[in-house]
Amino acid sequence: MTNRRDFLKAGAAAGAMALAAPALIRADAYAQRIDPSRELPAMDPATKELLVEALNAARMGGASFADARIGRYRNNFVITREKQIVNVVDTDTLGVGVRVLVNGTWGFGATRDLSKAGVVAATKEALAIAKANALPVADRVHLAAAPPTPDGRYVTPHRIDPFTVPIEEKADLLIRANTEAMKVNGVKFVNSNMFFVKEEKNYANTEGTFTTQTVIRSWLPFAATAVKPDFSDFQTRTNVIQPMARGYEYLTESKPVENAQRWGEEAAAKLAAKPVEVGRYDLVLHPSHLWLTIHESIAHPTELDRAMGYEANYAGTSFLAPPREKLGKFRYGPKFMNIQGDREQEGGCSTIGWDDDGVKPDKFLIIKEGIVNDYQTTREQAPMLDWWYDSQKRPVRSHGCCHSDSWNDVAFQRMPNVSLLPGDKDLSYDDLIAATDKGIAIIGDGSFSIDQQRYNAQFGGQLFYEIKSGKIVGQLKDVAYQMRTPDFWNAMDMIGGKKSYEMGASFFDGKGQPGQVNAVSHGCVPSRFRNINVINTGRKA
Amino acid sequence: MSAPKSLFDERSRISPSDMMSRGEAQAFLERVVKLSRADTIGAHLGGGYNGNIRFAANRITTSGGVSNSQLVVQSGYGPKHAVVTTGDFTPEGIERAVRQSEAIAKLAPDDPESMPLLPPQQYNDVNAYFESTANLRPADRATAAHTAIDAAKSAGDLAAAGFLIAGSGYNAIASNTGMYAYFPATTANYQLTVRTNDGTGSGWAAADHPDWTQIDFKAVSDRAIQKARASRNPVAVEPGRYTVILEPQAVADLVQLLAFSLDARSADEGRSAFSRQGGGTKIGEKIVDSKVTLFSDPTDPQLLGQPWNGEGLPLNREVWIENGVLKQLAYSRFWAQKKNTRPNNGGLGAVKLMGGDATTDDMIASVPRGILVTRLWYLREVDPRTVLYTGLTRDGTFLIENGKVTKAVKNLRFNESPLFMLNNLELIGRAVRVAGTEAGGNVVFPTLKVKDFNFTSLSDAV
Repeated sequence: MTNRRDFLKAGAAAGAMALAAPALIRADAYAQRIDPSRELPAMDPATKELLVEALNAARMGGASFADARIGRYRNNFVITREKQIVNVVDTDTLGVGVRVLVNGTWGFGATRDLSKAGVVAATKEALAIAKANALPVADRVHLAAAPPTPDGRYVTPHRIDPFTVPIEEKADLLIRANTEAMKVNGVKFVNSNMFFVKEEKNYANTEGTFTTQTVIRSWLPFAATAVKPDFSDFQTRTNVIQPMARGYEYLTESKPVENAQRWGEEAAAKLAAKPVEVGRYDLVLHPSHLWLTIHESIAHPTELDRAMGYEANYAGTSFLAPPREKLGKFRYGPKFMNIQGDREQEGGCSTIGWDDDGVKPDKFLIIKEGIVNDYQTTREQAPMLDWWYDSQKRPVRSHGCCHSDSWNDVAFQRMPNVSLLPGDKDLSYDDLIAATDKGIAIIGDGSFSIDQQRYNAQFGGQLFYEIKSGKIVGQLKDVAYQMRTPDFWNAMDMIGGKKSYEMGASFFDGKGQPGQVNAVSHGCVPSRFRNINVINTGRKA
Repeated sequence: MSAPKSLFDERSRISPSDMMSRGEAQAFLERVVKLSRADTIGAHLGGGYNGNIRFAANRITTSGGVSNSQLVVQSGYGPKHAVVTTGDFTPEGIERAVRQSEAIAKLAPDDPESMPLLPPQQYNDVNAYFESTANLRPADRATAAHTAIDAAKSAGDLAAAGFLIAGSGYNAIASNTGMYAYFPATTANYQLTVRTNDGTGSGWAAADHPDWTQIDFKAVSDRAIQKARASRNPVAVEPGRYTVILEPQAVADLVQLLAFSLDARSADEGRSAFSRQGGGTKIGEKIVDSKVTLFSDPTDPQLLGQPWNGEGLPLNREVWIENGVLKQLAYSRFWAQKKNTRPNNGGLGAVKLMGGDATTDDMIASVPRGILVTRLWYLREVDPRTVLYTGLTRDGTFLIENGKVTKAVKNLRFNESPLFMLNNLELIGRAVRVAGTEAGGNVVFPTLKVKDFNFTSLSDAV
């Protein structure tokens, strides 16, 4: 689920903390460009020493397994509206989280105190919690084997580190884009931001793994709002640029200034759009919309912790349970439907070198030719499916889906990039529209809601176009579709080819207690769904 | 208020310096403010310790203890300003944060809406710090969790999943204009889901209070178990308009979301449900049933909120809706100045809908055919023009026939606005503190009986 509370927390920029090294704006910003061919930096020796200190304290305290993460998590926000700046915010937090397994029971402690004494105190807290919570033998945790990585290094491929770009340059780009959108008749308001993430993560475990990774993500949220002069209607066009794990160059390549007028026109055109007539339609869903439907109705129900009941008290369970009744048996969709989990697609928000279990993730098919083939797993979870992997002659290994959103939260199962693979035929979004007799084409993600087992969902969108006899005949508004997950995916009858593949993403997938956010990407191709229930959301009373 | 003695008790804390007393926080912030070379500096300091325990499938899963602090520095040069946060409290770390906020502020474009920092203020006295919560140990949390785990295990046909988080912390704010505010608080929040092993029933209950001793773990457990059993084997009903009895959690889930729409500026700009056609806002208009009074008040004994907002502005009792009339909207300091009124934003994290005296049993007895709802889930805005939200019922949805709860029904998706719903209000019960809204905060809501609630589809989810 994409979480409102965490969005507010991060949006207010009040959620994060700490600072360890100077991060001053430099005049020679462009000298900071990363050369992708150079050797990646090794773990800082002082950091390594502290990690070892934690692991030793854990072993001394009776832990059979422990891992420690020292991470620095930075955000940069530039916030504008119309032709002015609203705020500039830099957040920075640094600390250590230690996880221990004592007699098969987890404990976790975290502190920003990076003295040896502080690290040991956090480890002792983790040990005390594990001991207070001691599990009966039958309930104890067993981890799937993972080969140690003694010196893992990873940096998100990028050309320009967003944290080196001068603030004036960022603000100027946003305000120029806003100004273009404001030129459109009817557009009264524009809100735009830049939002950058830089995570410098160091991980070590008692099995000999040491990894150091830098993850960079960039996003430009933009919303143009058109208002009728008599205040009888207002409409917004937003979600125009998808978040990605790329550098600052991604935002300039997205050409916000050049595109802003079009986004403004799209907002104004919504004021004149025709309210949709309720009924059943064939839907042609653009990747900028479909990624969120995949996220909610495929990526979440195929999380193994949900299927096993571990998230029952918050995010929920899964209709795709128990795994013994579903793996290799349950038809999710048509034969041409293949859903892949991976953490290696370039630009994917979930892409990393090693996960927070110290595992190198692999690429795996969650749905293979329409049938459920696997779940997302961590080292704790993979053994729960040993019977299935044995039957498939596949190793019992974690797919590398363990993640924590900061040093001060415990790592647990989070989704990788979960993507709908392209079809064999070289079809485009326009080809799908041309093949449709009575339908609605939807661009961009809008309102979204799904139940706690991921059966019943409702999705809005940004732009809705009426299709008649293979042609777009006009713009619609107040459109939402309601669906039941297995029925919906089995109603998919056409998908685009390789050239039509795009990724959509969110910085704020919420899960767990205490709540954590995870940045996720979903690649997909435009797809058509037959005979879907469409409602009109423009109620007056 | 003087510092509670447990602030200096190191037993349960990884890093005791993360909990500062009033005097310590003030001395710390004075040092920060003195470092400033900018025209203005505002500094916010917060810290504390939280311990949590999580369980599912009748076993404890992940649990932790986290100690943390942060300093937020905002430097300003005339209309230019920037914010930097840090957790590095060494003298060098603090100076770095101050200098960095100054460096960025100098480069930032002018903010034509920037407001001067506040002078010293008078604040309401609110006691939300309880030793009972601050002194908890890991074993206390484990014992509490076992209240539910052991009951579900011994029942044999139930699985308990829950989360308990409790801790202590403080916020403080200071500026070079002499303002200082400090607020210590403890929190304890417990939420429990019990599912039947046949997969057809699910029940939920929860409790929240700054004082740990006010949480009745056995009562929460009993209630979730009762709901789980009663919700087994639900039947389908036709989606449509129903009279509903919404328990306090369900009311809070939907009505609390009004807070996101109460911004005065959006209403003045014509992009809010509270914009009036033809111009202006709906302040002074009757917008919902005359039985509805909605307010924020940090001093209310059921709310106990922080008595100042992020800028150090005192928070007092703010009545948003009184007897069905929109009394006011939330004004930032800039917008209040522009509209020649008083700023009053930032208090909506503590919100209460005035209760009535109807009992839930009376309400049920008055319904020929309707639905009893425990809680709502995954609420997302569908249409900001009407504050229309969609979402689903969850963890205990029941059919009422001829004044009696007769059977469990499948969960339903709704498309409904709190404004439409509060216009269709028939009866109000006692207001209670609720524990499970997605937006969090201190929230107190009553049970409501409402007619014509709009369910649009059925869900197979349990």
